[in-house]
Amino acid sequence: MKARRATFVRPERSRRAHLERPGSAPRLRSARTSLVALALAASPLAAQPTLPSSPYAYTQLPDARQEAEAKALMETLRCLVCQGQSIADSNADMAGDMRALVRERIKAGEKPEDIRRWLIERYGEWVSYKPPVEPLTWPLWGAPVILLALGLFLARGRFRRRRRG
Amino acid sequence: MKRSLLWIPLALFALLIVVAAFALRHPADPTIRSRLVGKPMPEFALGPSQPNHPGLGTADLRQGRPRLVNVFASWCIPCRIEAPALAELKRRGVPIDAVAIRDRPEDVATFLRENGDPFDRIGDDPHTKVQFALGSSGVPETFLVDGRGIIRLQHIGEIRPEEVDEIYRAWSAAR
Repeated sequence: MKARRATFVRPERSRRAHLERPGSAPRLRSARTSLVALALAASPLAAQPTLPSSPYAYTQLPDARQEAEAKALMETLRCLVCQGQSIADSNADMAGDMRALVRERIKAGEKPEDIRRWLIERYGEWVSYKPPVEPLTWPLWGAPVILLALGLFLARGRFRRRRRG
Repeated sequence: MKRSLLWIPLALFALLIVVAAFALRHPADPTIRSRLVGKPMPEFALGPSQPNHPGLGTADLRQGRPRLVNVFASWCIPCRIEAPALAELKRRGVPIDAVAIRDRPEDVATFLRENGDPFDRIGDDPHTKVQFALGSSGVPETFLVDGRGIIRLQHIGEIRPEEVDEIYRAWSAAR
């Protein structure tokens, strides 16, 4: 998903290295950037050490109930640099830091929905995989119900006709 | 069943093609803008990344004069590309501070030696905490903060030479 999406991004929009180190993933998007990357890769400069990840990026909370709460929240938060994955699923450094942020705040006693709100205040609804029920999203929530009702109606018509014939 | 109804699936398929063609020509913009533009800088206080630069905190960003805050990292290639643009802004008198993301102080020192050092203060953000607080989602990003500590602008991606004037004007307007 990560690599595939990258190929669809138009070069003029791809002006930054997200929080991935050169060489960590095939994310270099514009021809210019890749050329520079190649030039740098040829020198020892590119062999940069990686900073150890945040304490709670890959470590569960000691309290199982808190960890379950954190995990449930992480599964509904969108990774900022991969965009198709939740932070629970992503290996990106930034997703790791977001997991650490979630775990540390849950550990400190913060409510999951407050953490979600904190992130939405900064990144918009986009960061959450749990869309709110509001006029803009009514079609989203209503569509399954409407489609199901439509399907039942169509099925009913078919069964009735068959019985008659 | 009416014969005309038979055309409905084809019409739906044609609609699908039109939608797909439109979406292919107008791909979704993956840029995530911070919602904090126009709002006060979140409270933070970062320790120094370099011995010869103080760290960076919110209090430093409401001293009456607008400043740029450059979110960068030594491992970020576009950050190298924008170094001349930052140097030019500095030359025109724009004060610039920085937040180093997920970086080692020694790597930052090398980066500054190689690409120039336009920064007054450099805060060390090893776990991306301040970046999250800013609503920033990558490097480089540059925030314009006015003298009262209100974020006036977020520039996403490297500052290209042709964008220097625009940023300088925004900075002058914030005074």
